[in-house]
Amino acid sequence: MRSVYISRATSVAARSLDGEMMIMSARDSTLFTLNPAGTIIWQSADGKMPLAEIVKQKICVEFDADPAEALEDAEQFVSDLASHGILVVSDSPITQPELHSKTVTRGS
Amino acid sequence: MSLMQEFGQRALDRGVPLSVQLDVTYRCNERCIHCYLDHDDHGEMTIAEIRDVLDQLADAGVFFLTLSGGEVFMRRDFFDIVEYARSLMFCVKIKTNAFMIGEEEARRLHELMVQDVQVSIYSHRAEVHDAITLLPGSLKRTVEGIRRLRAQGVKVIVANVLMMQNLGDYSGVIQLAEDLGAEYTIDPTITPMMDGDRNVLRLGLGVPQLQDVFRNSDLVGDVDEFCAPPPAMHEDVLRELPCSAGHTACYISPYGDLYPCVQFPLPSGNVRSQKFMDIWLHSEQLNDVRSITAADLPVCSGCGHVGSCSRCPGLAYMEGSMRGPSTQDCQKSYARTGIESANMRLKKAGSASPGLVQIAALLS
Ligand SMILES: C[S@@+](CC[C@H](N)C(=O)[O-])C[C@H]1O[C@@H](n2cnc3c(N)ncnc32)[C@H](O)[C@@H]1O
Ligand code: SF4
Ligand code: SF4
Repeated sequence: MRSVYISRATSVAARSLDGEMMIMSARDSTLFTLNPAGTIIWQSADGKMPLAEIVKQKICVEFDADPAEALEDAEQFVSDLASHGILVVSDSPITQPELHSKTVTRGS
Repeated sequence: MSLMQEFGQRALDRGVPLSVQLDVTYRCNERCIHCYLDHDDHGEMTIAEIRDVLDQLADAGVFFLTLSGGEVFMRRDFFDIVEYARSLMFCVKIKTNAFMIGEEEARRLHELMVQDVQVSIYSHRAEVHDAITLLPGSLKRTVEGIRRLRAQGVKVIVANVLMMQNLGDYSGVIQLAEDLGAEYTIDPTITPMMDGDRNVLRLGLGVPQLQDVFRNSDLVGDVDEFCAPPPAMHEDVLRELPCSAGHTACYISPYGDLYPCVQFPLPSGNVRSQKFMDIWLHSEQLNDVRSITAADLPVCSGCGHVGSCSRCPGLAYMEGSMRGPSTQDCQKSYARTGIESANMRLKKAGSASPGLVQIAALLS
């Protein structure tokens, strides 16, 4: 199966509040909130680790979920966020511009 | 409840500072007649200090970061600050007079995905605007700056502070904002200088002028609703918190001083000598501010307006007590509803004493 790589869009504003990400799209100022599973995917979206690995190593471990089902959910979630310009999706690894990685895990 | 309100509530429950205003300088190229600031540089934080503060704010969970001044573009390293703030993923808002926004500045603000830029305009007529900023040609430059921002797709909010000098011009400013593709916000309150000097208040609107403003549906929406008498007092009202200052928001000056709000200059700590989080959690002053509910306000808790009044604890503080009434908000409540506030009644009762009037007259 073809790998999917995801990377956080640099155009958004984002902060973790009480373990859940709040994200504002710069495109249209829409505000989003991610549930704990979505927050983990967002925080792992470094452009390097394939989505399937993120699901296997992080989501399934944390939530004791069925890998196939969890991957399907994650793909849907990722495509939703991509359509709002919040995540960048690619079939090859993505080099991110310098983002201070500490930011995405801060403030929880 | 909107998502934003939900975040606000969650931040309040968890004690998270959701919004911070950081003034990066008090220096300015304009000299607005109403400005509450002293424009001399008393030792601004360096870029390294500001970066450290921004790191700490991100750690603390701050989402909205407003960069203001003074005039932010007086700092040559202003874009370094914005760039660093955006790399920390703050939702960055900027307040400026836009005089110094050329093509390049506008392009960079767009690239850095700044959320919005608030620009002050006092009148659509140069002679009125420039007589307030005391900088000839300023309206022209400010409008050009806004045009450049809009050409880049940056969201602009035109902020119109009202005073006696520009009272008649707000319709013109609304039209100008519309023509520029900008949003519009009005502020009918002149606040004292940060150092407590109240002389600028003489520029502010009186009750008759406020009455005109509050009866204009372009500004307030449904006039009958806006000016309705306050609803009967309810128990819950007395448990309510005054505003976000000190609860989910605070202000940091160019010298590192931390206050509950830019309009509430209660010294609560300094980020040059203390960690932001230590101040946020443990400052005696912030905790004092947080402890206040409407029930603790000696005059206001007995005032019929308390549930609907815009009472600003900062203005009250500058008037003498953060638990006291704010005369400017009493005026606004009165101008809206025609009903006197508890504070106004008390003052009247006080000044009705013939002895006091006699003494005042003798002294003056
Ligand atoms: C201090 S300025 C800083 C940003 C920028 N220099 C500007 O003028 O927009 C922020 C806002 O405060 C307003 N302001 C200044 N002094 C004031 C006062 N005494 N009362 C009310 N608003 C005031 C200005 O009109 C401006 O809209
Ligand atoms: S432009 Fe802003 S900071 Fe400068 S004098 Fe005017 S109100 Fe004050
Ligand atoms: S109108 Fe005046 S006295 Fe009444 S609640 Fe407001 S500030 Fe207090």
